[in-house]
Amino acid sequence: MKEVEIRRLLAANLLCVFAVILTAVVPGFFWEGFTVLGTHLAWLCICSVCVGTVNVILHLVLKPNHSPKRSSFAHKISRFLKCCIYFFMSCIIFHAIIVLYGAPLIGSVTETFLFSVLLSTFTTLQCLCMLGPNTHAWIRVFSKNGATSIWESSLQITTVCSILGAWFGAFPIPLDWDRPWQVWPISCSFGATFGYVAGLIIAPLWLYWNRKQLTYKSR
Amino acid sequence: MRLRSGVFASSCLLVEVLGVALFLRGFFPVPVRSLPRREARGDPPAEPAPPGPGMVSNWTKIPPPLFKKVVVVLIDALRDDFVFGSKGEQFMPYTKQVIEKGTSYSFIAEAKPPTVTMPRIKALMTGSIPGFIDVIVNLNSPALLDDNLIWQAKTAGKRIIFYGDDTWVKLFPKHFVEYDGTTSFFVSDFTEVDDNVTRHLDRVFKREDWDLLILHYLGLDHIGHVTGPNSPLVGAKLREMDNILKKIHISLLSKEEASLPNLLVVCGDHGMSETGSHGGSSAGEVHTPLLFISSAFEKRSGPLTQPERVQQTDLASTLAVGLGLPISRNSVGNLILPVVGGRTMREQLRFVHLNGFQLSRLLQENTPAYEKDPGYEHFKIAEKSHANWIKLYLEGNNSEILLNLGKKVLKQYLEALKTLSSSLSRQVAQYDMYSMMVGTVIIMEVLLLLFLSIPKALSSRAEFEVPLSLPLFSLLFYLVCLMLCAVHVIVCTSAESLCYFCSMSWFTAVGVMMLISALMCGILSAIAKIFENSRLPVKNPVVSSSGWSEIDVLILAGTVGHVLSLGASSFVEEEHQTWYFLINTLCLVLCQDLCRNNFLLKEYDPQHSTNVKQNFGEASEYKNMDIPAADNSKLGKTISSAEFIRGSDKWISLASPWIILICCRLLRSLNQTGVQWAHRPDFGHWLTSSEHKSELSFLAAVSLLMIFFLVQRRCSLVSKIAMALGLLGVYSYRAAIGNVIFPWQHDSKDISKGITEARFVYVFVLGIVFTGTKDLLKSQVISSDSSVKSTGLWEVYSGLVLLAALLFRPHNLPVLVFCLLIQTMMTKYIWRPLKFDAAQITIMHYWFGQAFFYFQGNSNGIATVDVSAGFVGLESYVEIPAIFFTAFATYAGPVLWAIHLLCYLSSEVSRNSAAVGHGCFCYALMRSLPVAVYIVLVTGLRYHLFIWSVFSPKLLYEGVHVFITATICLFFTAMDHNHSHKVQD
Ligand SMILES: [Zn+2]
Ligand SMILES: [Zn+2]
Repeated sequence: MKEVEIRRLLAANLLCVFAVILTAVVPGFFWEGFTVLGTHLAWLCICSVCVGTVNVILHLVLKPNHSPKRSSFAHKISRFLKCCIYFFMSCIIFHAIIVLYGAPLIGSVTETFLFSVLLSTFTTLQCLCMLGPNTHAWIRVFSKNGATSIWESSLQITTVCSILGAWFGAFPIPLDWDRPWQVWPISCSFGATFGYVAGLIIAPLWLYWNRKQLTYKSR
Repeated sequence: MRLRSGVFASSCLLVEVLGVALFLRGFFPVPVRSLPRREARGDPPAEPAPPGPGMVSNWTKIPPPLFKKVVVVLIDALRDDFVFGSKGEQFMPYTKQVIEKGTSYSFIAEAKPPTVTMPRIKALMTGSIPGFIDVIVNLNSPALLDDNLIWQAKTAGKRIIFYGDDTWVKLFPKHFVEYDGTTSFFVSDFTEVDDNVTRHLDRVFKREDWDLLILHYLGLDHIGHVTGPNSPLVGAKLREMDNILKKIHISLLSKEEASLPNLLVVCGDHGMSETGSHGGSSAGEVHTPLLFISSAFEKRSGPLTQPERVQQTDLASTLAVGLGLPISRNSVGNLILPVVGGRTMREQLRFVHLNGFQLSRLLQENTPAYEKDPGYEHFKIAEKSHANWIKLYLEGNNSEILLNLGKKVLKQYLEALKTLSSSLSRQVAQYDMYSMMVGTVIIMEVLLLLFLSIPKALSSRAEFEVPLSLPLFSLLFYLVCLMLCAVHVIVCTSAESLCYFCSMSWFTAVGVMMLISALMCGILSAIAKIFENSRLPVKNPVVSSSGWSEIDVLILAGTVGHVLSLGASSFVEEEHQTWYFLINTLCLVLCQDLCRNNFLLKEYDPQHSTNVKQNFGEASEYKNMDIPAADNSKLGKTISSAEFIRGSDKWISLASPWIILICCRLLRSLNQTGVQWAHRPDFGHWLTSSEHKSELSFLAAVSLLMIFFLVQRRCSLVSKIAMALGLLGVYSYRAAIGNVIFPWQHDSKDISKGITEARFVYVFVLGIVFTGTKDLLKSQVISSDSSVKSTGLWEVYSGLVLLAALLFRPHNLPVLVFCLLIQTMMTKYIWRPLKFDAAQITIMHYWFGQAFFYFQGNSNGIATVDVSAGFVGLESYVEIPAIFFTAFATYAGPVLWAIHLLCYLSSEVSRNSAAVGHGCFCYALMRSLPVAVYIVLVTGLRYHLFIWSVFSPKLLYEGVHVFITATICLFFTAMDHNHSHKVQD
């Protein structure tokens, strides 16, 4: 039972990884002069949109948090709107945190905001897909021992990895190597992306490794 | 013998100070120098004798001077583009015209860092490269004892007149027949310093009784420091300088007689960076113009080309030749050939021969294997061809052939000169490895000892046993001691180069050896004890049971990461970024801790979902999915602390990390430091510019008011009044020296030195500190309740705050306000509810102290040290208070945080009786770790390209910081003392 779930998780995660890789490669065929470094902002948009779409589709197909109760159409709409508001709020908050970390307040607002959108896609959007705009569940999942399924454990791992990746991505900025990827926010968004990809790969492997010890409280 | 953690840590730090001092003495090399100038020296070399019998050159003496009168105009901080760039075109029309059409030669002279005035004057006048250590003694410049141009000129009977920066008068006492020194005491004085020089000119040019006139103009440097290189004041000053140059040039031309022409030299001692300061090695600081103007030169033909690059040290040799003096013996400079280009070939060859001879002799005196040096070999070859040329010349050969041959010899000579001086310049970076090694060994041993005693020192008793009389160890001690002495003798007898540690007296050396072996035995006994303990079955329950919280992980990762980052020059330059990054992350982790405390076991409140949401990253530790059993204690703690905060306090507590984050962000934009982004506009520059004086005054007044409100709440009534008066005094001091204005006085009145006002404040500082000390002594002697002691500590602290408020520049007062604000918030809403242990709190304090060091506008470069703090309230330069004030103003951030830590920890004594001891120990450890690692790194990187510009200043900062930390730790220990007495009672 558990192994089947883990296999499904692995497949889903690998799909996300491929989505990320494709965003770096495919637009080059349609768009003359597209490179991840050169047209970084465009890539940030494309990557956010693609990863977001893939996540939403995967969520609709796999339905990891199979909630038994049927909900009305109006309820669904309000849920969706709530999700949108939450996502937007998370973008703003990430932006604020990045500015607090020292990003320029007025200059390069676009770069900072797109980076915060990317971070939100890697973290908040996933949570919204998995848990919905239900803050109770969020606090539960992100407190110690709060995960109740493999999917939620994976969610924890990828989120932490993305944020840690972005954190580590800031390290090379002060170095005086004058490389193109040291420009704000390229190294950070690379860090976040690598962290996210690493998280996606690590999560199923780690869960598989520890499948004996895993015990989830039933809801 | 029993030792408490605090005592142990402070004694370790004291030993470490010794080690650091020894290392620094070995690291900063003594500059290349010849024998002291007063010792007998050989006569100048004769012209190389032509080969063959019977032929002798008749030139054995130094050639006669080429110029009659020489005027050197040194414009402080004159950057190359001020003359050769667009600014020169715009503001210096006369000079520009002379460069383009007149009889002149222009060069860009490269100054070696440190680009500070005194070492640069030394370089210009001795031709040697002063060691880095000269920066430290820049403030009280002693007389220059090396062979130098001024001394040579004086002994040759030249009459020298000097007007300008009085550094010269101190460097060359009794050398000038007439002088007028102006102090650079007030950096905000732009006109008077220069008028003091210019007012003498008319009189001097009417007279005939001088040979060398030196003028040092300081105004441009002051303008640069205060307003930066792009201010309109720079243009006006350059125009003034241009007029002065015009005047000098015309009067020199009018005085000229048929016999010998005159020479005008225009140079800068260093440039200025984009922010207007200097000291580092950026292109703007290093490149200075160097102009030679004389009717002896040929008129420039053809279009103007980019000026050639020369070294600053070349001026000394060139001027020596021009004045007909022997070249200074320590000079590593080359003769600038175009200046003597008008002379005959024989003379030119003679000059470069003299220069080469001097350089090769300097090489002989400084390297044992000088014969293998390529420069020396080149020189010998050139000398030979020179002799052949003389032979041809004396035989009266065809002038055309002779000229071509002469040009060839000249080329050989020039090449030899270049190689010689580059290999001599390289010699400056010769390290005294033995002293460095001894220092490193001491520091590493101290660090190891501190590490090994962590478990004991941080135990609840905070005491440990030091075995002093174990026979095995005493035997080992004697053995190690003997061995080290033997090594010392071997090293010192076999070393060729000068070694500081060897030159110390025998008693001191043996003392140091004994210290090293004692430390070694201490380490060995600590290791032995650890093995003994590990054999016992009882485990230390504290270490094993509680897991690592996020704070612990961050503290460890941050400390290790910071230490490792010191190996990269960019991370040293931008160290402030590391600290800002770390304290930001620390605040976020604290926020997450607070959220967990408040929300985990309580009803969910929708209002604060955002706070939780942003921190889910850190909040989840995926390690913990396999439900560990040991969480009960943590839950208990959470419940108790959740009860502790209620109502509005809870919300303030949750918001406080965010407020702190916003404060830090504001402070970060107050002062841009570092190197890469230092030129970015910041709030501090905006405030200090003269148009925003009223804003600055308002900010300063508000800040002083805030300081009063934040400090006074825990003071006694008397110190409250003293504090208020003192802060008023600070404002009136700043108003008196013209930094801020009173609202009722709009026209800027006369600017004074503000001595009375500053001394008025000093009286209150002393008064408050004295009251505090009295309370402390009372609590110590009568051993009354601890509230007296905490009031006393707080009063000492507030006295220091007042002193910092006086010494800080007015635009930096918000740093002080935010420092107090953050400390208050942290104490009240974060540390108390979260119940961290003393070690964690100490490390957080240390981090914030470091961040505030950079918030003040400090950096790891020499240029950001605010020397003006050393002159507050002083009539003239007085060494001890000036050094104390400068050090305090520079390290105010770390010091204030450390004293606040002491206040906090001693108020926590009721909860944890050993808190102060733990804090002291951790503080010592946090300081020793980076110093020890950095010293090893610097030793490894000593041939790095940036060793002088980046790593050495940082080394000095680290050394001073160790010294200050040792003082603070002693204070800690003193405060800890009476407490332990009480416990024993
Ligand atoms: Zn200067
Ligand atoms: Zn200066």
